[in-house]
Amino acid sequence: MKPAFLELTQGARRVPVRFAGETLMLPEGANLAAALLAAGVTVFRHTPVSGAPRGPFCMMGACFDCLVEVDGSVRQACMIEVAEGPEIARPHVGEPDETL
Amino acid sequence: MRHYDLAILGAGPAGMAAAATAAEAGLSVCVLDEQPHAGGQIYRDVERVAALRGDILGKDYTRGATLTAGLRHAAITHLSGAVVWAIEHAFRISFTQGGAAAQIAAERVLLATGALERPMPLPGWTLPGVMTAGAGQILLKQSGVLAQSAVLVGSGPLLYLIAAQMVRAGVPPVAMVETQTLDDLIRAARHLGGALRGWRYLLKGARMLAEITSARVPRHTGATGIAIAGESRAEAVTFTSKGRAHRIPCDTVFLHHGVVPNTQAARSLGVSHIWDRAQSCFVPSVDDWGQSDVAGVFIAGDSAGIGGANVAESAGRMTALKVAEELGRLSATERDRQAAPLRSARNKDLAARPFLDRAYPPHAAAVAPDDATVICRCEEVTAGDIRRYAALGCLGPNQAKAFGRAGMGPCQGRYCGLSVSVILAQANGLTPDATGYYRIRPPIKPVTLGELASLE
Repeated sequence: MKPAFLELTQGARRVPVRFAGETLMLPEGANLAAALLAAGVTVFRHTPVSGAPRGPFCMMGACFDCLVEVDGSVRQACMIEVAEGPEIARPHVGEPDETL
Repeated sequence: MRHYDLAILGAGPAGMAAAATAAEAGLSVCVLDEQPHAGGQIYRDVERVAALRGDILGKDYTRGATLTAGLRHAAITHLSGAVVWAIEHAFRISFTQGGAAAQIAAERVLLATGALERPMPLPGWTLPGVMTAGAGQILLKQSGVLAQSAVLVGSGPLLYLIAAQMVRAGVPPVAMVETQTLDDLIRAARHLGGALRGWRYLLKGARMLAEITSARVPRHTGATGIAIAGESRAEAVTFTSKGRAHRIPCDTVFLHHGVVPNTQAARSLGVSHIWDRAQSCFVPSVDDWGQSDVAGVFIAGDSAGIGGANVAESAGRMTALKVAEELGRLSATERDRQAAPLRSARNKDLAARPFLDRAYPPHAAAVAPDDATVICRCEEVTAGDIRRYAALGCLGPNQAKAFGRAGMGPCQGRYCGLSVSVILAQANGLTPDATGYYRIRPPIKPVTLGELASLE
Protein backbone atom coordinates (compact mmCIF):
# COMPACT_ATOMS: atom_id res chain seq x y z
CA MET A 1 0.00 0.00 0.00
CA LYS A 2 1.19 3.52 -0.81
CA PRO A 3 1.99 5.70 2.21
CA ALA A 4 -0.71 8.29 2.90
CA PHE A 5 1.59 11.22 2.18
CA LEU A 6 4.27 11.85 -0.42
CA GLU A 7 7.15 14.31 0.03
CA LEU A 8 7.95 16.28 -3.11
CA THR A 9 11.40 17.52 -2.11
CA GLN A 10 13.76 15.09 -0.44
CA GLY A 11 16.82 17.35 -0.32
CA ALA A 12 16.85 18.45 3.32
CA ARG A 13 19.31 17.02 5.83
CA ARG A 14 17.58 14.42 7.99
CA VAL A 15 18.00 14.30 11.71
CA PRO A 16 16.92 11.64 14.19
CA VAL A 17 13.80 12.55 16.16
CA ARG A 18 12.35 10.33 18.88
CA PHE A 19 8.56 9.98 18.67
CA ALA A 20 6.60 7.62 20.93
CA GLY A 21 9.73 5.56 21.56
CA GLU A 22 10.69 5.21 17.88
CA THR A 23 13.51 7.00 16.09
CA LEU A 24 12.37 8.74 12.89
CA MET A 25 14.63 10.49 10.40
CA LEU A 26 12.92 13.83 9.69
CA PRO A 27 13.97 16.78 7.52
CA GLU A 28 15.70 19.39 9.70
CA GLY A 29 13.77 22.67 9.92
CA ALA A 30 10.57 21.15 8.49
CA ASN A 31 7.18 21.62 10.08
CA LEU A 32 7.02 18.86 12.72
CA ALA A 33 3.37 17.89 12.07
CA ALA A 34 3.96 17.66 8.32
CA ALA A 35 7.17 15.68 8.85
CA LEU A 36 5.47 13.20 11.18
CA LEU A 37 2.61 12.72 8.69
CA ALA A 38 5.10 12.15 5.88
CA ALA A 39 6.94 9.63 8.10
CA GLY A 40 3.71 7.63 8.39
CA VAL A 41 2.48 8.75 11.82
CA THR A 42 -1.31 9.05 11.76
CA VAL A 43 -2.31 9.13 15.42
CA PHE A 44 -0.65 12.04 17.25
CA ARG A 45 -2.58 11.71 20.50
CA HIS A 46 -5.68 10.33 22.18
CA THR A 47 -8.29 12.69 23.60
CA PRO A 48 -8.50 13.11 27.37
CA VAL A 49 -12.31 12.75 27.23
CA SER A 50 -12.93 9.44 25.39
CA GLY A 51 -9.45 8.33 24.35
CA ALA A 52 -10.35 8.82 20.67
CA PRO A 53 -7.39 9.03 18.26
CA ARG A 54 -6.52 12.39 16.72
CA GLY A 55 -4.10 13.79 14.19
CA PRO A 56 -3.42 17.16 12.59
CA PHE A 57 -6.58 18.92 11.39
CA CYS A 58 -5.93 22.61 10.60
CA MET A 59 -2.11 22.86 10.30
CA MET A 60 -2.26 26.52 11.32
CA GLY A 61 -2.18 26.53 15.09
CA ALA A 62 -5.91 26.93 15.64
CA CYS A 63 -7.43 23.49 16.34
CA PHE A 64 -4.96 21.99 18.86
CA ASP A 65 -5.62 18.48 17.54
CA CYS A 66 -1.93 17.84 16.73
CA LEU A 67 -0.80 18.22 20.35
CA VAL A 68 2.34 16.27 21.24
CA GLU A 69 4.56 16.31 24.30
CA VAL A 70 8.00 17.76 23.61
CA ASP A 71 10.45 17.28 26.45
CA GLY A 72 7.57 17.16 28.89
CA SER A 73 5.52 20.15 27.72
CA VAL A 74 2.42 19.80 25.54
CA ARG A 75 2.79 21.71 22.27
CA GLN A 76 1.18 22.01 18.85
CA ALA A 77 3.23 19.91 16.42
CA CYS A 78 2.19 22.17 13.51
CA MET A 79 3.83 25.16 15.22
CA ILE A 80 7.23 23.52 15.80
CA GLU A 81 10.19 23.07 13.47
CA VAL A 82 12.03 19.75 13.36
CA ALA A 83 15.30 19.78 15.27
CA GLU A 84 17.57 17.04 16.51
CA GLY A 85 17.31 16.23 20.15
CA PRO A 86 13.92 16.49 21.84
CA GLU A 87 12.04 13.45 23.06
CA ILE A 88 8.53 13.63 21.61
CA ALA A 89 5.65 11.59 22.99
CA ARG A 90 1.91 11.31 22.69
CA PRO A 91 0.66 13.60 25.48
CA HIS A 92 -0.48 12.29 28.84
CA VAL A 93 0.47 8.67 28.10
CA GLY A 94 0.83 6.74 31.33
CA GLU A 95 -0.47 9.53 33.53
CA PRO A 96 -3.06 8.68 36.16
CA ASP A 97 -6.65 9.21 35.03
CA GLU A 98 -7.68 12.57 36.41
CA THR A 99 -11.32 12.27 35.45
CA LEU A 100 -13.59 12.58 38.44
CA MET B 1 8.88 47.78 26.82
CA ARG B 2 9.33 48.99 23.24
CA HIS B 3 6.72 51.40 21.99
CA TYR B 4 5.38 51.54 18.42
CA ASP B 5 2.89 53.70 16.58
CA LEU B 6 1.15 50.65 15.15
CA ALA B 7 1.12 47.00 16.22
CA ILE B 8 -0.15 44.53 13.62
CA LEU B 9 -1.26 41.00 14.43
CA GLY B 10 -0.67 38.72 11.47
CA ALA B 11 1.76 38.79 8.55
CA GLY B 12 -0.69 37.78 5.83
CA PRO B 13 -1.69 40.05 2.95
CA ALA B 14 -3.57 42.58 5.11
CA GLY B 15 -0.89 42.79 7.78
CA MET B 16 2.07 42.94 5.41
CA ALA B 17 0.47 45.56 3.14
CA ALA B 18 -0.58 47.66 6.12
CA ALA B 19 2.95 47.50 7.59
CA ALA B 20 4.57 48.66 4.35
CA THR B 21 2.13 51.53 3.82
CA ALA B 22 2.36 52.61 7.46
CA ALA B 23 6.17 52.56 7.40
CA GLU B 24 6.14 54.54 4.16
CA ALA B 25 4.00 57.16 5.90
CA GLY B 26 6.54 57.44 8.71
CA LEU B 27 4.98 55.25 11.40
CA SER B 28 6.96 52.83 13.53
CA VAL B 29 5.42 49.39 13.10
CA CYS B 30 5.65 46.07 14.89
CA VAL B 31 4.26 43.01 13.09
CA LEU B 32 3.64 40.02 15.34
CA ASP B 33 3.10 36.73 13.53
CA GLU B 34 2.81 33.17 14.78
CA GLN B 35 4.55 31.58 11.84
CA PRO B 36 8.33 31.35 11.43
CA HIS B 37 8.12 33.14 8.05
CA ALA B 38 5.89 35.92 6.70
CA GLY B 39 3.03 35.28 4.28
CA GLY B 40 0.06 34.23 6.35
CA GLN B 41 -1.74 31.09 5.24
CA ILE B 42 -2.37 32.25 1.67
CA TYR B 43 1.30 33.10 0.98
CA ARG B 44 2.70 30.73 3.56
CA ASP B 45 6.51 30.64 3.53
CA VAL B 46 6.42 32.13 0.00
CA GLU B 47 9.97 33.51 -0.05
CA ARG B 48 11.48 30.05 0.36
CA VAL B 49 8.82 28.03 -1.45
CA ALA B 50 8.22 30.13 -4.60
CA ALA B 51 11.42 28.78 -6.19
CA LEU B 52 10.71 25.19 -5.12
CA ARG B 53 7.03 24.80 -6.07
CA GLY B 54 5.92 28.05 -7.70
CA ASP B 55 4.86 26.12 -10.83
CA ILE B 56 2.42 23.97 -8.84
CA LEU B 57 1.11 26.73 -6.60
CA GLY B 58 0.65 29.32 -9.34
CA LYS B 59 1.16 33.08 -9.75
CA ASP B 60 -1.55 34.00 -7.24
CA TYR B 61 0.74 32.41 -4.65
CA THR B 62 4.17 33.55 -5.82
CA ARG B 63 3.06 37.19 -6.05
CA GLY B 64 2.99 37.16 -2.23
CA ALA B 65 6.78 37.55 -2.31
CA THR B 66 6.34 41.23 -3.23
CA LEU B 67 4.50 41.70 0.07
CA THR B 68 7.00 39.79 2.20
CA ALA B 69 9.79 41.89 0.66
CA GLY B 70 7.90 45.01 1.81
CA LEU B 71 8.47 44.02 5.44
CA ARG B 72 12.20 44.76 5.06
CA HIS B 73 11.91 48.41 6.03
CA ALA B 74 13.87 50.12 8.78
CA ALA B 75 10.64 51.26 10.46
CA ILE B 76 9.16 47.73 10.57
CA THR B 77 9.97 45.24 13.31
CA HIS B 78 8.78 41.79 12.24
CA LEU B 79 8.50 39.41 15.19
CA SER B 80 8.09 35.93 13.72
CA GLY B 81 7.09 32.91 15.75
CA ALA B 82 5.37 35.36 18.15
CA VAL B 83 2.17 34.00 19.67
CA VAL B 84 0.05 36.82 21.10
CA TRP B 85 -1.94 35.81 24.18
CA ALA B 86 -3.22 39.13 25.52
CA ILE B 87 -4.03 42.57 24.16
CA GLU B 88 -4.81 45.14 26.81
CA HIS B 89 -6.22 48.55 26.16
CA ALA B 90 -4.21 51.54 25.01
CA PHE B 91 -2.31 49.14 24.12
CA ARG B 92 -0.10 46.56 25.73
CA ILE B 93 0.44 43.34 23.82
CA SER B 94 1.76 40.22 25.54
CA PHE B 95 3.21 37.39 23.50
CA THR B 96 5.46 34.36 23.63
CA GLN B 97 8.41 34.01 21.32
CA GLY B 98 11.06 31.31 21.49
CA GLY B 99 9.80 30.01 24.82
CA ALA B 100 9.84 33.37 26.60
CA ALA B 101 7.09 35.94 27.14
CA ALA B 102 7.51 39.60 26.24
CA GLN B 103 5.43 42.74 25.81
CA ILE B 104 5.26 45.71 23.48
CA ALA B 105 3.20 48.89 23.60
CA ALA B 106 1.45 50.57 20.68
CA GLU B 107 -0.73 53.61 19.94
CA ARG B 108 -2.96 51.69 17.55
CA VAL B 109 -3.62 48.00 16.93
CA LEU B 110 -4.49 46.37 13.61
CA LEU B 111 -5.92 42.86 13.83
CA ALA B 112 -5.09 41.08 10.57
CA THR B 113 -5.63 37.59 11.88
CA GLY B 114 -7.24 36.20 8.73
CA ALA B 115 -9.73 33.41 8.43
CA LEU B 116 -10.44 29.98 9.83
CA GLU B 117 -12.10 27.15 7.96
CA ARG B 118 -15.83 27.14 8.54
CA PRO B 119 -16.34 24.18 10.89
CA MET B 120 -17.75 21.23 8.92
CA PRO B 121 -19.04 18.77 11.52
CA LEU B 122 -19.86 15.49 9.76
CA PRO B 123 -19.92 11.96 11.16
CA GLY B 124 -16.28 10.87 11.46
CA TRP B 125 -14.73 14.32 11.01
CA THR B 126 -12.54 13.91 14.09
CA LEU B 127 -10.73 10.82 12.76
CA PRO B 128 -7.00 11.12 12.02
CA GLY B 129 -6.63 11.65 8.28
CA VAL B 130 -9.54 14.09 8.13
CA MET B 131 -8.22 17.61 7.72
CA THR B 132 -9.36 20.95 6.41
CA ALA B 133 -8.68 21.76 2.76
CA GLY B 134 -6.65 24.67 4.08
CA ALA B 135 -4.48 22.18 5.97
CA GLY B 136 -3.96 20.27 2.72
CA GLN B 137 -2.83 23.48 1.08
CA ILE B 138 -0.52 24.35 3.95
CA LEU B 139 1.08 20.88 3.76
CA LEU B 140 1.71 21.38 0.06
CA LYS B 141 2.91 24.99 0.31
CA GLN B 142 5.16 24.88 3.32
CA SER B 143 6.29 21.27 3.35
CA GLY B 144 5.80 19.87 -0.15
CA VAL B 145 3.77 17.07 1.43
CA LEU B 146 0.92 15.69 -0.68
CA ALA B 147 -1.87 13.29 0.20
CA GLN B 148 -1.61 10.32 -2.18
CA SER B 149 -5.15 9.06 -1.69
CA ALA B 150 -7.37 12.01 -0.82
CA VAL B 151 -11.06 12.70 -1.24
CA LEU B 152 -12.05 16.38 -1.27
CA VAL B 153 -15.41 17.03 0.40
CA GLY B 154 -17.52 20.18 0.39
CA SER B 155 -17.72 23.15 -1.93
CA GLY B 156 -16.16 26.43 -2.93
CA PRO B 157 -13.22 27.90 -4.81
CA LEU B 158 -10.56 26.67 -2.35
CA LEU B 159 -11.65 23.07 -2.92
CA TYR B 160 -11.08 23.48 -6.66
CA LEU B 161 -7.80 25.30 -6.08
CA ILE B 162 -6.29 22.50 -4.03
CA ALA B 163 -7.59 19.89 -6.48
CA ALA B 164 -5.99 21.78 -9.40
CA GLN B 165 -2.71 22.10 -7.50
CA MET B 166 -2.73 18.36 -6.71
CA VAL B 167 -3.30 17.66 -10.41
CA ARG B 168 -0.33 19.89 -11.31
CA ALA B 169 1.82 18.10 -8.74
CA GLY B 170 1.00 14.77 -10.42
CA VAL B 171 -1.02 13.42 -7.48
CA PRO B 172 -4.68 14.16 -8.30
CA PRO B 173 -7.33 13.57 -5.66
CA VAL B 174 -9.19 10.24 -5.77
CA ALA B 175 -12.51 12.07 -6.07
CA MET B 176 -14.37 15.27 -5.28
CA VAL B 177 -17.55 14.95 -3.24
CA GLU B 178 -19.27 18.29 -3.79
CA THR B 179 -22.17 19.54 -1.74
CA GLN B 180 -23.43 22.41 -3.89
CA THR B 181 -26.55 21.75 -5.95
CA LEU B 182 -27.95 22.98 -9.24
CA ASP B 183 -30.43 25.06 -7.23
CA ASP B 184 -27.52 26.87 -5.59
CA LEU B 185 -26.13 27.77 -8.99
CA ILE B 186 -29.52 28.97 -10.21
CA ARG B 187 -29.92 31.14 -7.10
CA ALA B 188 -26.41 32.49 -7.62
CA ALA B 189 -27.09 33.33 -11.26
CA ARG B 190 -28.89 36.55 -10.44
CA HIS B 191 -25.63 37.84 -8.96
CA LEU B 192 -23.75 36.99 -12.13
CA GLY B 193 -24.06 40.56 -13.44
CA GLY B 194 -22.13 41.90 -10.47
CA ALA B 195 -19.70 39.01 -10.67
CA LEU B 196 -18.75 39.96 -14.22
CA ARG B 197 -16.98 43.00 -12.76
CA GLY B 198 -14.83 40.44 -10.98
CA TRP B 199 -14.50 38.31 -14.11
CA ARG B 200 -10.89 37.38 -13.38
CA TYR B 201 -12.12 35.29 -10.45
CA LEU B 202 -14.69 33.51 -12.61
CA LEU B 203 -12.11 32.87 -15.32
CA LYS B 204 -9.69 31.47 -12.75
CA GLY B 205 -12.45 29.20 -11.47
CA ALA B 206 -13.24 27.95 -14.97
CA ARG B 207 -9.55 27.19 -15.59
CA MET B 208 -9.25 25.23 -12.35
CA LEU B 209 -12.35 23.19 -13.22
CA ALA B 210 -10.90 22.46 -16.67
CA GLU B 211 -7.67 21.19 -15.07
CA ILE B 212 -9.61 18.94 -12.70
CA THR B 213 -11.82 17.59 -15.47
CA SER B 214 -8.96 16.91 -17.86
CA ALA B 215 -7.22 14.88 -15.14
CA ARG B 216 -10.41 12.76 -15.00
CA VAL B 217 -10.97 13.38 -11.28
CA PRO B 218 -14.50 12.05 -10.59
CA ARG B 219 -16.82 14.83 -9.38
CA HIS B 220 -19.92 13.86 -7.39
CA THR B 221 -22.18 16.89 -6.98
CA GLY B 222 -25.20 17.51 -4.75
CA ALA B 223 -23.81 14.96 -2.28
CA THR B 224 -25.86 14.26 0.86
CA GLY B 225 -25.56 11.95 3.85
CA ILE B 226 -21.79 12.39 3.86
CA ALA B 227 -19.84 10.48 6.53
CA ILE B 228 -16.23 9.49 7.03
CA ALA B 229 -15.81 5.83 7.90
CA GLY B 230 -12.91 4.36 9.84
CA GLU B 231 -11.86 2.92 13.19
CA SER B 232 -8.63 4.59 14.22
CA ARG B 233 -8.24 6.68 11.05
CA ALA B 234 -10.15 7.75 7.94
CA GLU B 235 -10.70 4.79 5.62
CA ALA B 236 -13.48 5.92 3.26
CA VAL B 237 -16.05 8.59 2.49
CA THR B 238 -19.66 7.45 2.17
CA PHE B 239 -22.45 9.58 0.65
CA THR B 240 -25.38 9.68 -1.73
CA SER B 241 -25.27 11.51 -5.03
CA LYS B 242 -27.91 11.53 -7.75
CA GLY B 243 -29.83 8.81 -5.94
CA ARG B 244 -26.90 6.41 -5.68
CA ALA B 245 -25.01 5.42 -2.54
CA HIS B 246 -21.22 5.64 -2.81
CA ARG B 247 -18.27 4.47 -0.73
CA ILE B 248 -14.88 5.80 -1.80
CA PRO B 249 -11.87 4.33 0.04
CA CYS B 250 -9.09 6.83 0.86
CA ASP B 251 -6.42 7.68 3.45
CA THR B 252 -7.06 11.41 3.65
CA VAL B 253 -10.19 13.56 3.56
CA PHE B 254 -9.98 17.31 3.00
CA LEU B 255 -13.08 19.18 4.18
CA HIS B 256 -14.07 22.65 3.06
CA HIS B 257 -17.22 24.69 2.82
CA GLY B 258 -15.89 28.18 3.02
CA VAL B 259 -13.82 30.19 5.45
CA VAL B 260 -15.00 32.54 8.19
CA PRO B 261 -13.33 35.46 9.96
CA ASN B 262 -11.00 34.58 12.82
CA THR B 263 -12.56 36.83 15.44
CA GLN B 264 -10.78 35.63 18.61
CA ALA B 265 -8.54 38.67 19.11
CA ALA B 266 -11.28 41.18 18.22
CA ARG B 267 -13.73 39.54 20.60
CA SER B 268 -11.16 39.52 23.40
CA LEU B 269 -10.98 43.32 23.01
CA GLY B 270 -14.76 43.71 23.20
CA VAL B 271 -15.34 44.59 19.53
CA SER B 272 -19.01 43.99 18.72
CA HIS B 273 -19.88 41.43 16.07
CA ILE B 274 -22.96 41.02 13.91
CA TRP B 275 -24.33 38.07 11.94
CA ASP B 276 -23.66 38.35 8.20
CA ARG B 277 -26.48 36.52 6.47
CA ALA B 278 -24.82 36.39 3.05
CA GLN B 279 -21.67 34.76 4.45
CA SER B 280 -23.40 32.85 7.30
CA CYS B 281 -20.93 33.95 9.95
CA PHE B 282 -20.23 36.64 12.52
CA VAL B 283 -18.24 39.65 11.35
CA PRO B 284 -16.80 42.44 13.49
CA SER B 285 -18.37 45.89 13.23
CA VAL B 286 -15.90 48.03 11.28
CA ASP B 287 -16.15 51.15 9.14
CA ASP B 288 -14.73 51.68 5.66
CA TRP B 289 -11.21 52.21 7.13
CA GLY B 290 -11.35 49.07 9.25
CA GLN B 291 -11.91 51.07 12.45
CA SER B 292 -13.86 48.95 14.93
CA ASP B 293 -16.23 50.22 17.62
CA VAL B 294 -13.37 50.01 20.16
CA ALA B 295 -11.17 53.13 20.01
CA GLY B 296 -7.79 52.50 18.43
CA VAL B 297 -8.59 48.94 17.31
CA PHE B 298 -8.64 48.33 13.56
CA ILE B 299 -9.42 45.12 11.65
CA ALA B 300 -8.50 44.41 8.03
CA GLY B 301 -8.52 41.48 5.67
CA ASP B 302 -10.48 38.27 6.09
CA SER B 303 -10.72 38.76 9.86
CA ALA B 304 -13.04 41.70 9.07
CA GLY B 305 -15.20 39.69 6.63
CA ILE B 306 -14.22 37.24 3.90
CA GLY B 307 -12.96 38.95 0.76
CA GLY B 308 -9.76 37.12 -0.15
CA ALA B 309 -6.11 38.12 -0.46
CA ASN B 310 -6.43 41.07 -2.85
CA VAL B 311 -9.21 42.67 -0.84
CA ALA B 312 -7.13 42.14 2.30
CA GLU B 313 -4.15 43.90 0.75
CA SER B 314 -6.17 46.99 -0.23
CA ALA B 315 -7.97 47.06 3.11
CA GLY B 316 -4.69 46.78 5.05
CA ARG B 317 -3.23 49.74 3.17
CA MET B 318 -6.36 51.81 3.77
CA THR B 319 -6.18 51.16 7.51
CA ALA B 320 -2.51 52.18 7.52
CA LEU B 321 -3.40 55.49 5.81
CA LYS B 322 -6.13 56.15 8.35
CA VAL B 323 -3.78 55.45 11.28
CA ALA B 324 -1.10 57.68 9.71
CA GLU B 325 -3.64 60.47 9.44
CA GLU B 326 -4.84 59.98 13.04
CA LEU B 327 -1.26 60.12 14.32
CA GLY B 328 -0.52 63.29 12.38
CA ARG B 329 1.73 61.84 9.66
CA LEU B 330 -0.71 62.44 6.78
CA SER B 331 -3.29 65.15 6.14
CA ALA B 332 -6.87 63.98 5.65
CA THR B 333 -6.64 65.17 2.03
CA GLU B 334 -3.50 63.13 1.38
CA ARG B 335 -5.03 60.11 3.11
CA ASP B 336 -8.09 60.30 0.90
CA ARG B 337 -6.02 60.85 -2.24
CA GLN B 338 -3.98 57.71 -1.58
CA ALA B 339 -7.01 55.70 -0.46
CA ALA B 340 -9.16 56.35 -3.54
CA PRO B 341 -7.50 53.84 -5.89
CA LEU B 342 -7.28 51.27 -3.08
CA ARG B 343 -10.98 51.60 -2.39
CA SER B 344 -11.94 51.10 -6.02
CA ALA B 345 -9.57 48.12 -6.35
CA ARG B 346 -11.08 46.61 -3.22
CA ASN B 347 -14.63 47.07 -4.45
CA LYS B 348 -13.77 45.50 -7.81
CA ASP B 349 -12.20 42.51 -6.04
CA LEU B 350 -15.34 42.15 -3.93
CA ALA B 351 -17.65 42.13 -6.96
CA ALA B 352 -17.61 38.35 -7.47
CA ARG B 353 -18.28 37.70 -3.78
CA PRO B 354 -22.13 37.67 -3.72
CA PHE B 355 -22.11 35.18 -6.61
CA LEU B 356 -19.57 32.90 -4.90
CA ASP B 357 -21.36 33.11 -1.52
CA ARG B 358 -24.59 31.87 -3.11
CA ALA B 359 -23.13 29.37 -5.55
CA TYR B 360 -21.21 27.63 -2.74
CA PRO B 361 -23.31 27.96 0.42
CA PRO B 362 -22.45 26.14 3.65
CA HIS B 363 -23.38 22.45 3.49
CA ALA B 364 -26.84 22.12 5.10
CA ALA B 365 -26.04 18.86 6.91
CA ALA B 366 -22.96 20.44 8.51
CA VAL B 367 -24.98 23.47 9.65
CA ALA B 368 -27.65 21.27 11.24
CA PRO B 369 -25.73 18.06 12.01
CA ASP B 370 -27.20 14.76 13.23
CA ASP B 371 -27.43 14.41 17.01
CA ALA B 372 -24.52 11.96 17.17
CA THR B 373 -22.06 14.22 15.36
CA VAL B 374 -19.30 15.76 17.48
CA ILE B 375 -19.43 19.57 17.44
CA CYS B 376 -16.84 20.57 20.03
CA ARG B 377 -13.81 18.54 18.98
CA CYS B 378 -11.83 19.30 22.14
CA GLU B 379 -14.46 18.34 24.71
CA GLU B 380 -16.31 15.90 22.42
CA VAL B 381 -19.71 17.53 22.81
CA THR B 382 -22.24 16.38 20.19
CA ALA B 383 -24.98 18.27 18.35
CA GLY B 384 -27.49 16.21 20.36
CA ASP B 385 -25.88 17.36 23.61
CA ILE B 386 -26.24 20.99 22.56
CA ARG B 387 -29.90 20.48 21.61
CA ARG B 388 -30.43 18.81 24.98
CA TYR B 389 -28.95 21.87 26.72
CA ALA B 390 -31.34 24.06 24.72
CA ALA B 391 -34.28 21.90 25.84
CA LEU B 392 -33.14 22.45 29.42
CA GLY B 393 -33.21 26.23 28.91
CA CYS B 394 -29.73 26.98 27.57
CA LEU B 395 -30.06 30.12 25.44
CA GLY B 396 -26.49 30.98 24.56
CA PRO B 397 -23.00 29.54 23.98
CA ASN B 398 -21.62 30.84 27.28
CA GLN B 399 -24.29 28.94 29.17
CA ALA B 400 -23.48 25.88 27.03
CA LYS B 401 -20.03 25.89 28.62
CA ALA B 402 -21.59 25.40 32.03
CA PHE B 403 -23.94 22.72 30.72
CA GLY B 404 -21.22 20.55 29.20
CA ARG B 405 -17.86 22.25 28.60
CA ALA B 406 -18.50 23.03 24.92
CA GLY B 407 -15.84 25.49 23.81
CA MET B 408 -13.71 25.06 26.93
CA GLY B 409 -10.94 22.93 25.43
CA PRO B 410 -7.57 24.08 24.15
CA CYS B 411 -8.90 25.49 20.83
CA GLN B 412 -11.04 27.91 22.88
CA GLY B 413 -14.05 27.48 20.63
CA ARG B 414 -12.31 28.26 17.34
CA TYR B 415 -13.72 25.15 15.64
CA CYS B 416 -17.05 24.83 17.43
CA GLY B 417 -18.15 28.38 18.26
CA LEU B 418 -20.04 29.01 15.06
CA SER B 419 -21.73 25.59 15.14
CA VAL B 420 -22.77 25.95 18.77
CA SER B 421 -24.27 29.41 18.16
CA VAL B 422 -26.17 28.21 15.09
CA ILE B 423 -27.47 24.96 16.66
CA LEU B 424 -28.66 26.84 19.76
CA ALA B 425 -30.30 29.49 17.56
CA GLN B 426 -32.10 26.77 15.57
CA ALA B 427 -33.18 24.91 18.70
CA ASN B 428 -34.45 28.02 20.47
CA GLY B 429 -35.99 29.69 17.44
CA LEU B 430 -33.73 32.71 17.94
CA THR B 431 -31.46 34.61 15.57
CA PRO B 432 -27.68 34.08 15.72
CA ASP B 433 -27.37 37.71 16.89
CA ALA B 434 -29.77 37.09 19.79
CA THR B 435 -27.96 33.82 20.58
CA GLY B 436 -24.52 35.42 20.57
CA TYR B 437 -21.09 33.84 20.73
CA TYR B 438 -18.54 32.68 23.27
CA ARG B 439 -17.03 35.43 25.39
CA ILE B 440 -13.33 35.30 24.51
CA ARG B 441 -10.92 36.19 27.28
CA PRO B 442 -7.14 36.29 27.50
CA PRO B 443 -5.00 34.29 27.32
CA ILE B 444 -6.24 33.91 23.74
CA LYS B 445 -3.51 31.33 23.14
CA PRO B 446 -2.13 29.03 25.85
CA VAL B 447 0.89 30.29 27.76
CA THR B 448 2.91 28.22 30.23
CA LEU B 449 3.78 29.34 33.74
CA GLY B 450 7.44 29.14 32.78
CA GLU B 451 6.86 31.52 29.88
CA LEU B 452 4.93 33.88 32.14
CA ALA B 453 7.68 33.79 34.74
CA SER B 454 10.19 34.88 32.09
CA LEU B 455 8.31 38.17 31.67
CA GLU B 456 10.37 41.07 33.04
